[in-house]
Amino acid sequence: MASVAKEWREIPGRYNLEGTKCDCCGKVYFPERNFCPKCRRDSIGKMKTVKLCREGEVFSYSIIHDAPAANNSQKPYAVAFVKTKDDVLIAGQLVDVDLEKIEIGMPVRAVLRKLDADGAAGVIHYGFKFVPNV
Amino acid sequence: MRDVAIVGIGATQFGELWNNSFRSLGIEAGSRAIEDANLSGDEIDALYIGNMSAGRFISQQHIDALIADYSGMATNHIPATRVEAGGASGGVAFREAVIAVASGLHDTVMVGGAEKMTDLDDASINSVMDATADAEWEAGMGLTLTSLYAIIARRMMFEGTVTREGIASVAVNSHFHGALNPGAQFRKAIPIETVLKSGPVAEPLGVFDCAPITDGAAAVILCPLEDAKKYTDKYVKVSATSQASDTLALFQRPDITTFEATRVAAKKAYEMAGITPKDINVAEIHDDYTVSGIMALQDLGFYKKGEAGNAFLNGETHFDAGKVAINTSGGLKARGYPVGASGVAQIVEITEQLRGTAEKRQVKNAKYGLAQSVGGTGSAVTVSILEAI
Repeated sequence: MASVAKEWREIPGRYNLEGTKCDCCGKVYFPERNFCPKCRRDSIGKMKTVKLCREGEVFSYSIIHDAPAANNSQKPYAVAFVKTKDDVLIAGQLVDVDLEKIEIGMPVRAVLRKLDADGAAGVIHYGFKFVPNV
Repeated sequence: MRDVAIVGIGATQFGELWNNSFRSLGIEAGSRAIEDANLSGDEIDALYIGNMSAGRFISQQHIDALIADYSGMATNHIPATRVEAGGASGGVAFREAVIAVASGLHDTVMVGGAEKMTDLDDASINSVMDATADAEWEAGMGLTLTSLYAIIARRMMFEGTVTREGIASVAVNSHFHGALNPGAQFRKAIPIETVLKSGPVAEPLGVFDCAPITDGAAAVILCPLEDAKKYTDKYVKVSATSQASDTLALFQRPDITTFEATRVAAKKAYEMAGITPKDINVAEIHDDYTVSGIMALQDLGFYKKGEAGNAFLNGETHFDAGKVAINTSGGLKARGYPVGASGVAQIVEITEQLRGTAEKRQVKNAKYGLAQSVGGTGSAVTVSILEAI
């Protein structure tokens, strides 16, 4: 069972899609990074917190039938790599969607949902999932 | 740096081995390698072990000490080191051992790889495998390791570089060879329909696109090339061993249809060995998923992008096709995938091929063999090249 501290530590990324932008080259990273792998020491102190655009399109996807225990009640469920409008690739579940109608290029947006829970009395984990953007 | 030779090899049967414990498997493989190298065991001055997750599979950490102890080497107090790099654990352990001998720090070194998976239930095993991806930002968001490879497969099919049939034929090739390997978990050839019609795990990948859950162990003995003749006349030379890394999360790569770590490690390995991909006669590649096999053939330089699917479909990858023979052991799919053992088991198979002792699946006149071991979704890759003497 994960600690409560682990849950709140992840809130900026999981709730608000906060990543980091390198002020030297302009590249946006998600999740956050302490320095830019391209600019290296030049980027130290110049990494700025930015919120990713919550809209994007499906870059590729899969429908999971063999799920981890935490997601067993959801299966089959869809997961996708989504390219946001600010050109960052992120991974998450794709929900509120007809599984048969998912296709690459489909417009989606990130919403806050329950991810899973540590049993009946444990911490509930929230984070972003994607829904069709219609 | 000294040239290094492999003077002994050993492997257990691969499969669901209910009667064998982790320690019994490790010791069996090691004993066979020592016997094969005509050693007493006292010559060994260092031990390296590839193991991915004994901590979660059998609740045993510190397996370096466990193997040193039960192999009888703890009484000689030799250094024992456990290496973990996800699916590449065995490949990285092999490389570390080669470096130890090449550097002159150690002379006769054993590299083992072992994994005991079936003591845990299937769902828990899958979650251990998922933890080789990014636990926070991939697995933690509901993705599984299989789904990440499915996402790669879907994208490759979308971009038109491979068909579903091309992907499926990787498993057909592995089973074709598994049928010829008595040590394999699955010794039965399958038609492509079996793969295409298998139950979905993470669409578009089905059960037969995924390597199985396996218990098993493998071991090899290394020594300086100049000393090899003291022990045996059936040694092979380690011409190259290289390793490369990439982002932990697949989604952080500019291109998800190629593993840059494979390309970088392969380029370095060919340079070290002074050869090109055309010189390789036989290769063991990391087909934990069928689609990984397609990527491997392209990233290792055997085929151009878009051509690997047809190579498998046409049987060009068979041991007797006269091209580079792929996964003559049955690969991870049919020989089995005891995770930390696989990278070492690949070295065992390539050594068999270069010695000419691979029996029914022997590649004719094999001079150079290559082994590729992959962790996660290409976050760690080793490429090693062996040469017949």
